[in-house]
Amino acid sequence: MQSFLASIVSVAFHGAAFGMILYVISVGLSITMGLMGFANLAHGVFAMAGGYVLTTAISRFGVPFPLALVCAFAAVALGSVVLERLLYSRLYTAGDLEQVLFTIGLIFIAVAVARFVYGTLQKPVMLPPYLKGQFALLGRDFPAYRVFIIAFSAVMIVALWFGIERTRWGAMVRAAVDNRAMAQSVGIDTRRLFTLTFALGSGLAGLGGALGADIIAIQPTYPFENLVYFLIVVAVGGLGSLRGPFAAALLIGVADTACKYWLPQFGAFFIYLATIGILLWRPAGLFGRRS
Amino acid sequence: MNHRGGYSADTRIRWPEWLPWLVALAAFFLLPEYLSLGARILIYILYALSLDLILGYAGIITLGHSAYFGFGAYVAGVLAAKAGVTDPLVQLVAAAAGGALLGITTGAIILRTRGLTLLMLTLAITSVCLEIANKATALTGGADGLSGVVVAPILGLFKFDLYGKTAYLYCLAMLFVGWALVRRIIYSPFGASLTGLRENSIRMHAIGAPVYWRLVLVYTLSATIAGAAGALLTQTNQFVGLNVLGFEAGGELLVMLILGGVGRVYGAFVGPLVYLLAQDQLAKQFPAYWYFGIGVLLVLVVMFARGGILGIADQALAKLRSKA
Repeated sequence: MQSFLASIVSVAFHGAAFGMILYVISVGLSITMGLMGFANLAHGVFAMAGGYVLTTAISRFGVPFPLALVCAFAAVALGSVVLERLLYSRLYTAGDLEQVLFTIGLIFIAVAVARFVYGTLQKPVMLPPYLKGQFALLGRDFPAYRVFIIAFSAVMIVALWFGIERTRWGAMVRAAVDNRAMAQSVGIDTRRLFTLTFALGSGLAGLGGALGADIIAIQPTYPFENLVYFLIVVAVGGLGSLRGPFAAALLIGVADTACKYWLPQFGAFFIYLATIGILLWRPAGLFGRRS
Repeated sequence: MNHRGGYSADTRIRWPEWLPWLVALAAFFLLPEYLSLGARILIYILYALSLDLILGYAGIITLGHSAYFGFGAYVAGVLAAKAGVTDPLVQLVAAAAGGALLGITTGAIILRTRGLTLLMLTLAITSVCLEIANKATALTGGADGLSGVVVAPILGLFKFDLYGKTAYLYCLAMLFVGWALVRRIIYSPFGASLTGLRENSIRMHAIGAPVYWRLVLVYTLSATIAGAAGALLTQTNQFVGLNVLGFEAGGELLVMLILGGVGRVYGAFVGPLVYLLAQDQLAKQFPAYWYFGIGVLLVLVVMFARGGILGIADQALAKLRSKA
């Protein structure tokens, strides 16, 4: 009984860390999909890029870990602005199929570049000493890095929610998600808003990829292998919402960890089944408004 | 050569439509050392045709068409390796029936949705299939793949030989049947209604077309053809691996079809041919460049040439004609 309780706590803890990472990566996808209606399958590319920026900054240039996280966010956000202005913006009015194909093309390119530059092996993360080891809480030991992930993501999420719900910029984003034409006609520069939001979302994905490099291995096939998870979070949570994907990410993080812990012979089977079930029950996602 | 379907279209087979078959037969006699690659190309053409039916004509965007191809491949493989059913035509029919069954059950469920949700559901379905094939090792061999596939001579007469001659002609014959079927569907009133669904499903609702059932029917037909193509792959390789399932397999097929041209039947012929030939020549020497090239090509096609290779050819022909 004691050991069962311990394993429940452990699964909940690791699941929460995984869920937090999933949320930080996917929330940008939810906003940009809700805002621009763009089916961006290449979102995982930004997360992978963040992971590579982090490992390169630390191992090649000896950048301290916190600064490397900032680098990952900034570099990916900047890179995404270039991509958005050059390529994505041309396809806002195109059909779903074109957007899907274009972003699959981006995935292929990113996979090839990553393989060419970094090789096929996964990149280990050099954690600073203060994030290694265990962290004692309520008489139990938890890996310090996971505790850091949960705490750091929680702070990020609160900041993001504050930004969207309480600031002028956030109000403009919400207005544009609800009704783009109306937002435009009251004088909001939606083009600039899109670019900024896209950069923020991609930067967050980069940050999430960097932060979670220890949980979701950074390797060239990253965007292919994890795409399903990111899309599940967004689809189950509901497009354009902040809270929906959060609930979905935690749900999937914990459920996936639990399945892999107790029923490893089924792999991710139940996650996919649950996704199908939820989407059939509520096609717009758990918290989606459109149905 | 635009196969748009509809009542007014001329449904007779025009002479250029015999060209692919002449080329395929010529390749059989002139390039005997490439017959196994040739059989693979023929199989993927059939597979791409099945995707063209739902994507190009009915406008259903799917990332998970590999579910039906892979299911067919595994049905044929398990029958041959575990159940001792060695007759190739029985395996083929069973795989097609399996594809149809999976197609109608999943299609009836997921085609109620649209847009991102539909995309997500197709992805989830092929992921579930991949996960089952990966974990049910007793039946499928898991990550090692399913070997020991035994295929008896076709009709008890034609043995599968080492050079792939029988396999090539067998695949060619099956592709011909599939092509005739797809062509028949597209030019039927049913095919015309599919084009209507793609262009404006709300208006189709308004004129009283049973939209949902049409979609389920075409999805099932497409899954049937994909299942049969999967069986052909199993029989010619005498092996099934996990790479027939999942998002990457579905994405690769999509790339082939887009490359050739969507919604025009022969795009499904040109795309796999070019893609698999290029892959055979380049992918082994330069795997990194290969993926890079495919990615760039895809982006370019979407940005500048939405009709694919045949679309470009159409435009070039039109220009020549206007000059002449």
